[in-house]
Amino acid sequence: MSKIAVSTTVNGDPAEFLCDAGETLLDVLRGSLGLTGSKEGCASGDCGACTVMLNSQMVCSCLVLAVEAEGKSIATVEGVAEGSVLHPVQRQFLEHGALQCGFCTPGFIVAAKALLEVNPDPDETEIRYWLAGNLCRCTGYDKIVRAVSAAAAELRQDSKAQRSAA
Amino acid sequence: MNAPDPMSKYRVVGTRPVRPDGIDKVTGKAIYGPDFVAAGMIHGAILRSPHAHARIRSIDTSRAEALPGVKAVVTSADFPGQSAKIIAAGETSSSLRDIAATCLAHGKVLYVGHAAAAVAATTKAIAEAAAKLIVVDYEVLPHVIEVEDALAEGAPILHEHMITKGLDPAPDSPSNAANCLVMTRGDADAAMAGAAVIVSGHYRTVPVHQGYIEPHACVASWNADGQGQLWVSSQGHFDIRNQTASVLHIPSSDLRTYPLEIGGGFGGKTGIYLEPVAMLLSKKAGRPVRLAMSREDVFCGSGPAPGIVVDLTIGADADGTLKAIKAEFWYQVGAFCGSAVNSGMATLLGTYRIANAHLCGWDVVSNFPGTKAYRAPGAPQMAFALESCLDDLARKLDMDPLDLRLRNAVRPGDPGPHHVPHGAIGFVECLEAAKAHPHWTAPLGANQARGVAGAFWMNYGGPSTVSVALSGDGSVQVTTGSPDIGGSRASMAIMAAEVLQVPYERVRVAIADTASIGYSMVTGGSRVTFATGKAVVEAARKVEETLVTRAASLFGVAATDVEWRNGAAHCLTGESAGEHLTIGAIAAKAGQFSGPVSAEVSVNPLDYLPGFAVHICDTEVDPETGNVSIIRYTTVQDVGTAIHPDYVEGQMQGGAVQGIGWALNEAYVFDGNGRMENPGFLDYRMPVASDLPMIDTVMIEVPNPAHPYGVKGVGEAPIVPPLAAVANAVSRATGLPMRTLPLSPDRIWATIQAAK
Repeated sequence: MSKIAVSTTVNGDPAEFLCDAGETLLDVLRGSLGLTGSKEGCASGDCGACTVMLNSQMVCSCLVLAVEAEGKSIATVEGVAEGSVLHPVQRQFLEHGALQCGFCTPGFIVAAKALLEVNPDPDETEIRYWLAGNLCRCTGYDKIVRAVSAAAAELRQDSKAQRSAA
Repeated sequence: MNAPDPMSKYRVVGTRPVRPDGIDKVTGKAIYGPDFVAAGMIHGAILRSPHAHARIRSIDTSRAEALPGVKAVVTSADFPGQSAKIIAAGETSSSLRDIAATCLAHGKVLYVGHAAAAVAATTKAIAEAAAKLIVVDYEVLPHVIEVEDALAEGAPILHEHMITKGLDPAPDSPSNAANCLVMTRGDADAAMAGAAVIVSGHYRTVPVHQGYIEPHACVASWNADGQGQLWVSSQGHFDIRNQTASVLHIPSSDLRTYPLEIGGGFGGKTGIYLEPVAMLLSKKAGRPVRLAMSREDVFCGSGPAPGIVVDLTIGADADGTLKAIKAEFWYQVGAFCGSAVNSGMATLLGTYRIANAHLCGWDVVSNFPGTKAYRAPGAPQMAFALESCLDDLARKLDMDPLDLRLRNAVRPGDPGPHHVPHGAIGFVECLEAAKAHPHWTAPLGANQARGVAGAFWMNYGGPSTVSVALSGDGSVQVTTGSPDIGGSRASMAIMAAEVLQVPYERVRVAIADTASIGYSMVTGGSRVTFATGKAVVEAARKVEETLVTRAASLFGVAATDVEWRNGAAHCLTGESAGEHLTIGAIAAKAGQFSGPVSAEVSVNPLDYLPGFAVHICDTEVDPETGNVSIIRYTTVQDVGTAIHPDYVEGQMQGGAVQGIGWALNEAYVFDGNGRMENPGFLDYRMPVASDLPMIDTVMIEVPNPAHPYGVKGVGEAPIVPPLAAVANAVSRATGLPMRTLPLSPDRIWATIQAAK
């Protein structure tokens, strides 16, 4: 079977790959693109470990065919930090001990960042429902909720500082 | 999060620094089991049984072998013959025959999902297509799942060689009961006859999975000279190596095994499934081979934790003092015999003062995957029965359930489950803290109720090896053989920094492969911070001794005239009195001048102490639907000393939530053919963030005097109480006994309807 050529943008950079018609976006990210930060926990869209942004939409990349990414922009966990500067969500996960094994963490980081982009001041319930598609078996979610809440506060303060500077 | 506590007697212990491996894990750089790639690697696939019980008449692999791209096909015929020899396997032990048959069925398949054959090919897609071309001729046999069916007259027998152990006289025919263990204390019958109150119940839980998010995966490479390499995601790469080498009949040292990051284990990654199969595929293919499970493979081909059936009777005086306990119980252990019976006994005898007991426990095999350790293996199921029964007793006596437990709680010096007196334990302190917690007296709304349960877990120590080496710039390298599942690198760095009195950031921790450090047992049994931590402290102290000796020689005084303080050697006498040499200054002169500074220490401590916990749970039951919401949850635990409190709290919270899932939703559901009907996260419903409240934690620190910093294990005790804490709350909310888990809405609704 001949491969299909797909052109995308991954974390801001152009990325082209060849894939089979049946391959998922997650397969290609982890395989030919070598971005193993997105994890496969279930391959059925139930665990959220493969969460990425596709044209600014939060998706389970295991449920997206690789060919569907043609012409689209993909953001993965590898692109969340700016160079060596961590995003507040990443920093607060570390500060709060919000990870134990860390396998689900990339999905949570991508999902939490997406939440704070649409809702800068979520309450506990909003955080819990937004993250309900991401399974964590280690933490019981308590420290994750706290970390996301702290990241939200930090981001609000950042944008306030930016506004007053302007 | 990292402000030092001025009241603490420690500098670093008890602080909450960022874990050393943290950045890799929040940026997606960390390499887990399914992420590792070896040069020239090809991909394997496993053909799994569609039958719960069948004899393999023949396997035809010719069509698979003929598929272009296929490099190797393996069946159990490629395995060397196995004996019934028992070897250490993670936290327990197992026969070579059972370990090998878990990896690839030999003669019979024993459950749906049992591996029957494997193939390796240049791509995963070709390997999967080739696996489907393997033809297995099965003679389907009748199967059993439930304990009662497995023990019934004429039940299909899983293992023709299985004669029940522990019976006198030994039976002369095989059965599905692997083992029977009886323990007695005092005279249970006489004490029961004299009891003022007697409560009893019939309790049942079903198999549940550990539910780690990372499916099993490994890469194996077997070279032409017989030496091999394995890259594994496991709780203990030394044990994975030993088990794999044992079933392959090769020397362990020929199999260098590298630890990858592990995405959760909870006991389920202490044994082997894929590794020897990947090795045999690699041997045939001459290439490194990756084998990885899908989520369905994980559910149908690994774990789970056993179910249980318990008949329990407790007798007490009118003031609530426990007099006698009688129990018969059956662990439903899946296809291969397990060893949770002992832990069930310990749960019944280790938590409360009971002078008279008669306990009889059975290990019963049936046709689902052989069960594996799951966080305090065997204890949550039994604690569900014990703590539910105690709640019935409290109600019967109209007694506060915490007061009942306080009256009977084991205290230091009381006999432990195996008669060894309990040491410096803090169960009473936990119960008192629970009683004093605002949660215990907070008002409840309509359809809401509060449940409580206590817990005992033995914990463990065991073998660990650690090296501590000083670099030329004075920074410190700690190397262990204990995989880090939940932040233990941070705890190890904290303990080394505490000994050497250097900043936490000057200590880095690596987990080395089997060729680079001595043996360390699995990360499990709540043992790493205790046992590996002891080795870290001992090795760091040896390094400190060397540093003091080197400094003494530079000062020209005796070592006894040098004091190690604030990360530096201080001279107390002579010309240099009052001068000091920092760790960096000594290190700079070490290397080529006076020689490298390092120490390797192997320990096997058995002076661990058990963990105790008390959980308080508020539930709200919707009488229309039977749905249960967890409204509020508080965990109290004797943690010894919290080395890194964030990760101690994390263990308490994570264990509680796994237990909540076990209580409310999680279950292996089998169809009439023994096939699991819910082998995915949609239908096997683990708790998600929106199911839960915050999980409050109260750490009670009663130090273990046998550990330099007072560490007790903390990882397992927190999964022991939630099953009963939730069930007791639901029972109180509905006024009905809840003795079968899970408490799914349909079961609760049906129970409510039946009572109307």
